[in-house]
Amino acid sequence: MMNFFKRKSSATSAKERLQLVLVHDRTDLTPAQLESLKDDLLKAISQYIDIDPDAVQIGLERDGRSQRLVADIPLRSPSHHRAG
Amino acid sequence: MTAQVITVTSGKGGVGKTTAVANLATALAIDGKRVVCIDGDIGLRNLDVVMGLENRIVYDIVDVIEGRCKLKQAMIRDKHFPEMYLIPAAQTRDKNAVSPSDMVRICNDLRADSDFVIIDSPAGIERGFRNAIAAADRVLVVTNPEVSAVRDADRVVGILEAEEKGNPLLILNRLNPTMVKNNDMLSPEDVLDLLGIQLVGIVPEDETVIIGSNRGAPVVNDPKSRAGQAFRNIAKRLQGQDIPFMDLNQQGGLWSAIQRLAGRK
Ligand SMILES: Nc1ncnc2c1ncn2[C@@H]1O[C@H](COP(=O)(O)OP(=O)(O)O)[C@@H](O)[C@H]1O
Ligand SMILES: [Mg+2]
Repeated sequence: MMNFFKRKSSATSAKERLQLVLVHDRTDLTPAQLESLKDDLLKAISQYIDIDPDAVQIGLERDGRSQRLVADIPLRSPSHHRAG
Repeated sequence: MTAQVITVTSGKGGVGKTTAVANLATALAIDGKRVVCIDGDIGLRNLDVVMGLENRIVYDIVDVIEGRCKLKQAMIRDKHFPEMYLIPAAQTRDKNAVSPSDMVRICNDLRADSDFVIIDSPAGIERGFRNAIAAADRVLVVTNPEVSAVRDADRVVGILEAEEKGNPLLILNRLNPTMVKNNDMLSPEDVLDLLGIQLVGIVPEDETVIIGSNRGAPVVNDPKSRAGQAFRNIAKRLQGQDIPFMDLNQQGGLWSAIQRLAGRK
């Protein structure tokens, strides 16, 4: 038996794969384009605030039939906080 | 009297559009409605055989458009329901012989004397599909609980939104409750969540559908057919009746299986 781990059901795979595919179909944005969008966003934001690029989560989410670009960008606690 | 024009479409081929048109039209005719079906699949005529009317064809829709016959002459009367008609597709012409404005004109001519005009769309999202939706007051999107069919349905729904065709209604066809129970088929809840449109009916996978099309007799005529019952329910919903989905219970456990899955029982 190669299968030590219980595989997820095929219906679950279908749903998860479709969720991703539909988001990209609907926005006409390929996964590669989304990656470069993320890179550009991170570059722009890094010019103003200190962020940890590895902690950033940016992705497309479905909301009924519309999509939104959702970004969760934790800020690094400022070592030398500038007031004002 | 002014008819409601309903187009049945899907994106992907083979999901059950023609089956749905034949059955919904027949179910509406059983309910005493005057129905005209239009086969919009130019070059791949099929609705005639599924309805058992293939031997009666003299003129087709392209003959009407190109003035070789009157609209009435291309309307084939059904064998059993004198108030149900079929306007067949042309078999030897390409789909460019029909334009969206031709469809609008023909449907407008039909509106006065019928209750429902039901248009069978070809697969795809090109000319034939555009023709089929041009005159629609309401669009039914047929899909199967299967990745490629759902993906294509989503494309079609997106186009319908962009064309401001109103909210399409979903027919989920060929659902296999046993496979759903075993988590080997997308459930109705999954498909609805993915597509984000309103459901008008779930039709089970049912071999009586194939037996019916062998005979040219849509399964809504068979009181014992579960798929037939599902189509009869959809036809009632199209007439504005509030038929609860719970009624699908009569189809022998399908709906209760779905309810269990959804954690409602
Ligand atoms: N609910 C069902 N159960 C079993 N077979 C079905 C069902 N619906 C459709 N079929 C079969 O699937 C095939 C494709 O259906 P069809 O209506 O021609 O699809 P489309 O018009 O979308 O190409 C046909 O052989 C039909 O008999
Ligand atoms: Mg067809």
